[in-house]
Amino acid sequence: VQYADAVAVLRTISLFAELDPATRKLLAFSSSYLTFQAGEALFHQGSPTDSVYVIDDGEVDVIVERDGHEVVVARLGRHDLFGEIGVFRNAPRSATIRAVGAVKVLKIDADVFLKAVTANGEAALAVMRILSDKLIAMTQRFEVLKEAFDKARP
Amino acid sequence: MEPTIFKYIFKYSWKYQLMLLLFTLSSFPFLYYSLDLPKTIVNKAIGGSDFPKSVSGFDLDQIQYLVFLCGIFFILVLINGAFKYYINVYKGIIGERMLRRLRYQLFSRALRFPIPHFRRTSQGEVIAMVTSEVEPLGGFIGDAVALPAFQGGTLLTILAFMFIQDVVLGLAAIALYPLQIYVIPKLQRQVNALAKERVRTVRRLSDRIGEAISGIEEIHAHGTSELHRADFSRWVGTIFHIRFRIYRKKFFIKFLNNFIAQLTPFFFFLIGGYLVIEGQRNPSEGQLTFGALVAVLSAYKDLSSPWKELLDWYQLKEDSRVKYEQLIEQFEPSGVMDEELQRPAEGPIPHLSGTVVATNLALEEEGGVKTLQGVSFSFDAGEKVALVGGSGSGAETVARMLARLLPPTAGSIHIGGLNLLTLPESVTGRRIGYVGPNAPLFQGTVGDNLFYGLRHRPLPSTGPAAAEDAAGHAREVHEARMSGNTESDPDADWTDYEAAGVDGPTALLERAVEILHAVDLEAEILGLGLSGSVDAGRHPELAAAVLEARRLLRARLQDERYRDMVEPFDADRFNSNMSVAENLLFGTPIGPTFDLEHIGDNPYVRSVLQRAGLLDEFVLTGLSVAKIMVDLFQGLPPGHSFFERFSFISAEALPEYQAVIRRVETVGVGHADEADRSLLLSLPFQIIVGRHRLGLVDEAMEARVLRARQLFASDLPAELKGAIAFFDPHAFNVAASVQDNILFGKLVYGRPQAQRDVGALIIDVINELGLRRAVVELGLAFPVGVGGTRLPAAQRQKVALARCLLKRPDLLILDQAISALDAPARASVTERLFNDGLAAGQVWVLSDAEVPPVFDRIIHFEGGRRVDEAEAYQPESGAAADAGQAAGGETGGSASG
Repeated sequence: VQYADAVAVLRTISLFAELDPATRKLLAFSSSYLTFQAGEALFHQGSPTDSVYVIDDGEVDVIVERDGHEVVVARLGRHDLFGEIGVFRNAPRSATIRAVGAVKVLKIDADVFLKAVTANGEAALAVMRILSDKLIAMTQRFEVLKEAFDKARP
Repeated sequence: MEPTIFKYIFKYSWKYQLMLLLFTLSSFPFLYYSLDLPKTIVNKAIGGSDFPKSVSGFDLDQIQYLVFLCGIFFILVLINGAFKYYINVYKGIIGERMLRRLRYQLFSRALRFPIPHFRRTSQGEVIAMVTSEVEPLGGFIGDAVALPAFQGGTLLTILAFMFIQDVVLGLAAIALYPLQIYVIPKLQRQVNALAKERVRTVRRLSDRIGEAISGIEEIHAHGTSELHRADFSRWVGTIFHIRFRIYRKKFFIKFLNNFIAQLTPFFFFLIGGYLVIEGQRNPSEGQLTFGALVAVLSAYKDLSSPWKELLDWYQLKEDSRVKYEQLIEQFEPSGVMDEELQRPAEGPIPHLSGTVVATNLALEEEGGVKTLQGVSFSFDAGEKVALVGGSGSGAETVARMLARLLPPTAGSIHIGGLNLLTLPESVTGRRIGYVGPNAPLFQGTVGDNLFYGLRHRPLPSTGPAAAEDAAGHAREVHEARMSGNTESDPDADWTDYEAAGVDGPTALLERAVEILHAVDLEAEILGLGLSGSVDAGRHPELAAAVLEARRLLRARLQDERYRDMVEPFDADRFNSNMSVAENLLFGTPIGPTFDLEHIGDNPYVRSVLQRAGLLDEFVLTGLSVAKIMVDLFQGLPPGHSFFERFSFISAEALPEYQAVIRRVETVGVGHADEADRSLLLSLPFQIIVGRHRLGLVDEAMEARVLRARQLFASDLPAELKGAIAFFDPHAFNVAASVQDNILFGKLVYGRPQAQRDVGALIIDVINELGLRRAVVELGLAFPVGVGGTRLPAAQRQKVALARCLLKRPDLLILDQAISALDAPARASVTERLFNDGLAAGQVWVLSDAEVPPVFDRIIHFEGGRRVDEAEAYQPESGAAADAGQAAGGETGGSASG
């Protein structure tokens, strides 16, 4: 995948859609294009957060380790972005990410990512919008679950 | 040491000074005759009559006689010159030998200073004293007797000559000497006092510099550099003022001397001229002749020089006297260890066994503060003992006393009836091991430091040395003896194999590896070995084994799991995980010729590009790279870290490239300025296709780079052959590390797992081929840097512990010896120390109150006193690991003490 293709991938990510083209190019140029084989971990829960990832091809599992058990909480696919929450919070990884099949990702260093999304007001607003969207999605999911839980209770 | 410099000179060099004196005296008759001869030449040969003259049977006419006398004069000039030359050289030798002796004695004394003395005397002061302060003394010692003898004798000879010519003139010449002899010492005394003050101030200055350098991190961390500059400025300012006052007085002395020297000819012309004129008017016997006046005048010219030398000598003498006394004062602190205790041992060294008995140990610091008092205890030398107490409790103090690093101010320590305080270091150094928290290493290799504890005396040399070496060695030994230095050869083999319980270098290495395992250091040394290089000429078998490892690794990499992790070097393929420059060279540069950063400037590389038809293409690609970089980075402020990390073009060069792009796009690449083309040409070399993904290097260009690679190798001129080691699958690459030689390729950029997985695979391969030992040996050759700073603190502690274990001490003292290790390493090292029989008797300093019950004896300290004792718990192997936790429980703070 050439750098020009990476720019195209990044344009599909809503978080980066509002960026000016030069910043997006810088993101693409500074990123690493990595391949992981099935079963390989991209990073582990609790390890320091140093980057965000964008999936170009393939799927990964989001795994939370709880009391020694691994629980798959989500599966991400093509053009999904992950790892950004840890970068915003400046906290260690909250989950382990493992390749399902062969996976190709763009890895963007945390400081380059932060520099890009804080470059202008538009970009920062985009970040807020996306996080708000996630929050609303979570709230809706919570409502659905609560309803189901209440129904199930005698 | 001798209290004055003259006593010192007399004690160590009277024989040579006497020789010099005799030699000087024997030169005077020649000197006198050479003064007398000009008179004869002027009066008898030039102005004489009654020729021919008869000289030992030959009749000489006037010209022949003149030539004859001038010939003698010429010979005398040669003889006098030869005397001067020989005396000067001899003086130099005496001076240098005495200087060498003095330095050696001072250094030797510093090695015997009581260790607490170094709290008051800084490293900087000692260095300044032993190196620069003694330097002028050497010059003076050579001159001490010879110069006053020679110059004084010369002076007397010339004066005698003058008095013989004419008493009045002679008196005139020395008329002002009494004045000088009276005034100058008075002035000199003031200069001396200032000189003393200057020496003291310079010492303080070196002290300040030393302190600033060793505390450099604090200065940065607190941002206090201005404070140190101000402090420094004050000291150099003080020196300036002292110097200024010295100059004024010194040059006043000079002025006085010069004035008096110029005054004397005034008398000569007046009195001498009068006498000659009178003599011509009324010729009679005993009158001053014109020839005699010429001779006296020329003699006077010679007179001022020895007189000046004598006065200078007097100043130098005073200077040296002061310096010497100040030096000696500093090198005689109270409590200097007896010289005998450091004498290299002869014969077998006794073991320490029996009971360790400490009675009433006390330590009183300066000012009467008691940091330890009334401490008594005893234990068996083979027991494992814990000294428990926090910082300042006295536990560390007692540990240092047991290691004989700190003499108690009262009380005694006996081991098996032997008084520890009077045991020579040849015994304590071999039988007691002490590992402190600081673990200082010496400059040299890891191996040098590991075997350091075995190097007490040179082994008697075995096997015949080459005759040339032997002669050179004998010369060195002779010179060392003449200066009272040790005759031990630092280049000899000093390693005491017997002390390590082995019979030679091979067995020692084996033992060392066992101990490296015990202190958890073996894998780390292996890592150092992998990143080291091999001198294939000296170790052909190792180079061959590395090639075998390369083949085995290549086979292993065929496995599905590793297949996409390494891109091997292949002469016929473009490697997309190394830069275009590396692809072109296809080898490791040796030296600066093909330095990858400036490869585009190399004329040979350019000629290769030209022939491969790549020159214009590179300029064109460079233009594309430049445009991308400008596009990406022009919005960033200069100095932003992204430039360094990602850009091909530095922030400073970016505007220049913008201008280049404009110019080249206007005229076209073919017509561009040579300087612009050069700038652009340098860019494509940096491209790593697999990493940068710029899409600028297509298959056609890769093929042309491969063509250039072939041309580069095939046409390489003979004189450049040493500047590169090519990647050859069948040859060892001397310029690359062992690891790179085994890998023989590049890790793939897109496979982040490769580093770890392939690294592990390489170690597997090394183990399988039985190469591990040899690579560890390479790691032992890793240079540790000044004070061992190239190794992290934990590794330094491990090396310090290993070197103590290697000498198999009877008593091993561990004073927070493994505090820098991480918890798992601490636990495993502790476990091995307790259970592997590495050292029989062990004394641990522990800070924690909860001491695991694995020790035979536990002694508690608090406030410099012993508080209670928990007797003899039964050892439990499982609990040993906890001791490590406790032992390393405290770090930092006390490590800097």
